[in-house]
Amino acid sequence: MEDFEDNEFDGPIKKFMYVNRKAPYGTVYALEGLEVVLITAAFDQDVCLVFVDDGVFQIKKDQETTGINMKNFSPTYRALEGYDVEKIYVEKESLESRGFSEDDLVIPVEILSSAEISELMDAQDVIVTF
Amino acid sequence: MALLHTVNKSPFERNVISDCLRLAKDGSAILLIEDGVYAALEGTSASDEITRRNGSIKFFALGPDIEARGLSEKSLIEGLTLVDYSGFVDLVEEYSSVQSWL
Repeated sequence: MEDFEDNEFDGPIKKFMYVNRKAPYGTVYALEGLEVVLITAAFDQDVCLVFVDDGVFQIKKDQETTGINMKNFSPTYRALEGYDVEKIYVEKESLESRGFSEDDLVIPVEILSSAEISELMDAQDVIVTF
Repeated sequence: MALLHTVNKSPFERNVISDCLRLAKDGSAILLIEDGVYAALEGTSASDEITRRNGSIKFFALGPDIEARGLSEKSLIEGLTLVDYSGFVDLVEEYSSVQSWL
């Protein structure tokens, strides 16, 4: 029987974009979306992450959830770098209409305009939205 | 007697707070809970319609939901009062009934 190495993947590499559009605790979308990104990061694909609309609230600094008895999963976004998910974009318009700036965010991101985000979307093979 | 309205949806995603404001009478109270607390932020695209009713409607937000979302250090709408869970209960007791906007 042939031996397989852990990191051996010779299929096609596709461009995946994960679009996060929901606030973190009111629904389960944000947490589920993050888990999907972490799982698929193991498949050596070309992954990028986009935060638009209420999705920008997911990466707000200073989340403290003991009062609502839910897991604070915002520190997990800092682990993305370790999974080679380094292309993380935030839409400028979404951030500004919520009175937020880059300083409010828990991870370093690249801020793009709506036009730049839509160009990026056009260039993907697969887009998954949460 | 006046109503206590609770709103649990983000003003950026749904129109619930607008619908509530349209039908809420002067003298009533609105308590922002869960994702509704994002409406408590000052200087956003959603804050104007709340500040317009400030004074005629009492605005409250649930503190634990503000903290969970990392909003404690952000400026909140002037005149808005933070309450904890027992403050929530006090409000329910104080007003004639609760209209829970979903």
